[in-house]
This record gives sequence, C-alpha cells and structure tokens, in this order.
Amino acid sequence: MKRSDGRKPEELRPLEITAGVLENATGSARVRMGRTIAVAGVFGPREMFPRRLQDFNRATVQCRYSMAPFSTDERARPGPSRRSKEISLVVRKALEPLIFLDEFPKAAIDIYIDIIQADAGTRTAAINAASVALADAGVPMRGLVSAVAAGKIDGKYVVDLAGKEEDASDCDLPVAYIPSQGKISLLQMDGNLAKEDVKALIKIATTACEDIEKKQRDALRKRWIK
Amino acid sequence: MSEDKLLKNTRDFVAPGDKLVESMEFLPGKNCFREGNGVFAKRLGLVSVQGRVLSVIPLNGVYMPNRDDMVIGEVTDVQSNGWVIDIQCPYQAYLPLSGVRGYIDSNKTDISKIYGVGDVIYGKIKMVNSMMSVHISMFDRICRKFSGGRVIRVNPAKVPRIIGKSGSMIDMIKSRTGCYVVVGQNGTIWLEGDKESFVIDVIRYIEENSASEGLTNKIEEILKRGVVHEKK
Amino acid sequence: MKILQQSIVSLAAKGMRLDGRKLDQIRDIVIEASPIEKAEGSAIVKLGRTKVIAGVKIGVGQPFSDRPGSGVLMTGAEFSPISSPDFEPGPPRDNSIELARVVDRGIRESQAIDLDKLCIEPGEKVWMVFVDINILDNFGNLIDAAALASAVALSRAVFPKYEDGAVIFTEKTKKKLPVACLPIACTSFKVGERLLLDATREEEEAAGARITVTTRDDGNVAAIQKGGEEGITPAEIEHALDMAVEKGKEIRKLVKQA
Repeated sequence: MKRSDGRKPEELRPLEITAGVLENATGSARVRMGRTIAVAGVFGPREMFPRRLQDFNRATVQCRYSMAPFSTDERARPGPSRRSKEISLVVRKALEPLIFLDEFPKAAIDIYIDIIQADAGTRTAAINAASVALADAGVPMRGLVSAVAAGKIDGKYVVDLAGKEEDASDCDLPVAYIPSQGKISLLQMDGNLAKEDVKALIKIATTACEDIEKKQRDALRKRWIK
Repeated sequence: MSEDKLLKNTRDFVAPGDKLVESMEFLPGKNCFREGNGVFAKRLGLVSVQGRVLSVIPLNGVYMPNRDDMVIGEVTDVQSNGWVIDIQCPYQAYLPLSGVRGYIDSNKTDISKIYGVGDVIYGKIKMVNSMMSVHISMFDRICRKFSGGRVIRVNPAKVPRIIGKSGSMIDMIKSRTGCYVVVGQNGTIWLEGDKESFVIDVIRYIEENSASEGLTNKIEEILKRGVVHEKK
Repeated sequence: MKILQQSIVSLAAKGMRLDGRKLDQIRDIVIEASPIEKAEGSAIVKLGRTKVIAGVKIGVGQPFSDRPGSGVLMTGAEFSPISSPDFEPGPPRDNSIELARVVDRGIRESQAIDLDKLCIEPGEKVWMVFVDINILDNFGNLIDAAALASAVALSRAVFPKYEDGAVIFTEKTKKKLPVACLPIACTSFKVGERLLLDATREEEEAAGARITVTTRDDGNVAAIQKGGEEGITPAEIEHALDMAVEKGKEIRKLVKQA
C-alpha cells in the first residue's frame, strides 16, 4: 500500500531536528516533521513567579504551546484558545515524568513551543522539540521522550499522519514514548477502533518513536560536539 | 571488574537516558542515575570514569549554588537588614548586614550607601539550606564591589574550562593581556583593562570549544597572535 | 546592569561601542525568504543575534464601511516568551502593540500596497492582508528587524486561489501581491549625547530616547516614531533622517540579493 504522499505505512515524514536554534533560551530545538515545524525554547530552572505558586519540594514545569497566525492554511487567530491550552497541558504531562524535579525545589522550568507551520501532528512535533530543548538546556532527565501519531487508513496501520491523511484516517492516536524507559507518557485517541487496532497502533507508534529518539540524540551530539 | 563492560568511555558524549553500563559493579556518580542494574546519564555531557564511579561532566545548565563558591552578583534590592543579590540562578541570594565586615548600626546607617541597587559584587556563598535559602558573605579579603569594567555572562558549565586546572587558563589570559579578570563560579565574569574586547572574544572561544582537545595550546596561540580569528 | 550602561554611555561619547561597531554600523543581516510554505508570504530576518519571523496571510472579507472600495491591511506582533529571558506572561503589552503599529504605518504610509487594487466587489468583498510578526530571539532593535521581515514577506507574497466566491487556501496562484516599494525602518538610539544605530538590548537599556524613521524606495520619509523618555534636538532628528535614508539604500540592496 502506498500513501497519498508515497510513504510506506510505517514510514515517518521527512524528519529534521536541530538543537540550539535560539540564543536567549537556556536550551532550544527546531523539529520539522513533513511540513509541520515546531520551535521549542526552555528557560531555567529559574526563579518561579509569582512566588505563592512555588512548590517547596520540587520544580514546577510551565508549558505554553502556541500557533503562529500564519502557520495554518486559513489564518489562525492569535492568542490562546481552548485547544492550545489543552495541548499545553498534555505536552507538559508528557514531559514532566522525565525530569528530576526534586533537584530544583521552588524553581520553575518554562517550556515554550511556537508552531510556525502546522500540517498535522503539531502536538507530537512540539513534544519532540521540547524534549530536545530540555536536554539541550542541561536539565537532568531520565531519558528523552519521542512522539508520533498513528492512524488507520483503508484498513492499514500508518504512522505520522500528514495533513491530508487526517480526514482519511479512522482515528488519530498520538503517542509519546520514552524509549530508554519503555514507558508511554502521552496517549490520546479520537476515532472508532477495535481493541486490537489500538494495541497494534501503539506498537507501530512506539517503534517509530525509537527512530525519532535516535535522531534527537544525533541532533544533540551535532550541537555540542564539533 | 572489567572495563570492557562499559558501553561508554571517558570523554564520550552522552544525552539523558544513555546507558553507560549494565552492571552493579559500577556506581552512579554526578549527573548519573541507577535504574535496575544499569547506570544512565542524567544530563547532556561527557562521560568521566573514575575507578568504579561513572559521572557526566555537563556541557550546559544553570548554576546551582554551593557553599564556599565565589560568585558575582548584582544588587537588586536593599532591605533594612541586608541586600538581595541576583546571582543568575533559580534562587535569590541574600547578603545580611552580618556578612559585611565591620560593625554597622542599621538604625543609623543608610546601607544603600554601602551597596546600592545595580552594584555588582564579588562574594562567597556562606550557606545554602534545604529550602534553597542562599546567604552570601563579603568577609573574605578578595570579596569586593566592582566599579567600572565590564560584566559578561557565560554558560556556567564552562566555568571550569575558563578557569583551567588550578587557575592555569585564566592566569595565562590575565598575564598575557594585562586585564583584570574575575570569574564567578555562577558564570558571571567581570573584567577591566585595555584589551577587554579581546579577552571577551577569548572567553567566548573557550566557551564554544570547551569540548575540543588541545584547547590550552590553541588559546596560547590566540593570545600570542592578539586576535581570535585570523583574517582571511 | 548599571555597570554596563555606564560603559555604553562613556564609550558612545568616544564614538565606540561594546561590540566594536561604529555608531552608525548595523549588525549583519541574514534574510531567509519564504520559509513558511503555508503562508502566502514569509521571511525570517536575523539582525545580528536578533531573530524575527513575519508571515503574510491573504484572505477575503468585508471592507470597512468608510472605505468600501479598499482592501484591508492588518499588522499584528507577538513577543513570544521564547524570545527573551525576562518575559512576563499576559496580554500583549504596550511595546508589542507599538511595534506592530510602527510597522503597520510604515507599510501603509509608504503606499507599499495599493489597497484600492485589492477590491473584489465594492462594499462586499475585498482582499484582506494580514501581516503577523513573531519575535523568536530578542537581542535588540526589534522594530527595524520586524519591519524588514514584514517588507520582505510582503514583497514575496502571492494570492491564494479564489473561486466561486471562496478562497482555496491550500492552492496558491502565481499572481504576486502588488507591492510598490520596500518600506525600511531605521531606528536611531540616543545614548548620552550621541545617536547610534541598531542597538543591542543592553544599548537599548542605556538609551534615553529613540527615533524610528521609515523610508520609501525614493528616499522619502513615510513614517516617524519617537520613543523613550528623553527629548531629542532638531539637529539630532536631522542626523537620524540622514542615517535612515543612507541605511535604507544599503538594506534595499541586500533584500534584492536575498
């Protein structure tokens, strides 16, 4: 089976990862999955404001996912929406279990992700970029997290849905996976699937995440070793 | 204990989650953690193997205060009993009146005349408690307030490279350029002299190339030449 | 930092700067045209370490009732928190609104876009041009960088397909947005008693005032904005005007090569 863009079912879109793309941020990364482009910047650990929100035992992770108005086919309204707030939350939840938060009591770790082009899979691109940005910032972590969405088109399981494929798929199932730990830190699903389908999709998504993780590590090496 | 079990060796680049060894014979040192029988890297950096202890020398990261560190900070507030100091870390530092030499009667003295907002000082970290309260003192003779000169910020993880083994690198820079240079362990550097801009270029060069071998020789060449990059 | 501001002011008095530039010397400009395929026009501009991205989206909508035969131009800016360590969350602050307004006036008043040519059906349907600016890395002089990115993005913009009264955003045409000139903004910063161009963030903090002059291709002035607390003298304004016209020429040459 060939997909609309000629890919094999388990094949990712062209994936480009670059670490250290911003200079004000402590750590940063740009991830391009097909036409989707996410830029992530990490600040901190730094002082947490307002102070009344400080957690005395651990660092607080704050995450903001935002889409640029020009990133979509039809102009997106600037500013936060219900959708961007939910994605900010799930991205944060996908990253939090990685970080040794108790090493930084009271502090804040701020993760900002700007989607500058959106063509499906923005939350998974956001997670991939943020994971590299956190590591690039020197934040102590248990591993890297990698993310990809899986779907089912014409009875076939496919990964990394492109914009045109989202409507053709029976479902959208984004997965964030920490390969070095064998753990899943984000799982969402919209659609209509048999239990067996869900199992199979998680399998191909986590396999694809292992490939993504290799590229994330390569990007970090390239940034720091000349 | 056999070295060949190691999956990563000294100076190898690692990122978080990279496995260094699968063996209980090795212990996780700085910036490493154990999971099951394995020892893993916690941070981005270069591996260091010392006997049975595996650690990672970080390549990036924010400064975390430690007792006895010498730091450079900016006064951000003057309170009735001391000063709030920004030392470029997740926690504000506090310099109490008792951390300054000599007796000061806070009822009779305008202490902002001693250190005012915006002043840059070189102090020693006296205490860090579990609630991350950080206290600074100016008791040491080398502690001072800077006037004039320039202040730059570098990646705190690169400070050991900039200082060099027992100060060799920074001493070489100072003696060859005639600049005064004070390096805070928090990654803030103060300098003053005719060749300020050149010294900053040299420091930035060390920061960029800290992971490369033969750095000391390279810096010696640069100092001799008087410019960081040869003109093409 | 006070210590830095003092050295910036004393160096400027001697015609020098911390980074070794001359007072009227701008940092290296790198222009990446059309990096965003989904936008009708886009550009990333690096001005030294300052990095901004501008995207143009073109749609169809209703004209304003007072100008039924004219298209609509809207310019917005966001200081993404990614761009600076001292970002405070919240609604757009005054400086991002001012930035968008200054860029908007530069485009509008230079008549870079003839809005009357963007009419489809008077009073009913006109082309709407949205310029959105995203600041990615703030190392000073955002207005000039944002204005340049916007000008390049507009000059490369094409119309989307328009069929049976509806826009098909996924298909772009080859028809270019009619852009008559490149409005280039050049901001002079008053440090002590001297003016300098293309300030870094530290220099901005040391500056008491700034004046942004936007010029057209023919060297005429399209917009001026004075900012900051200090006053400036007529002689300083003359100097700022001269420098803006000069730099405008230099930068236009660069854009043509991009």
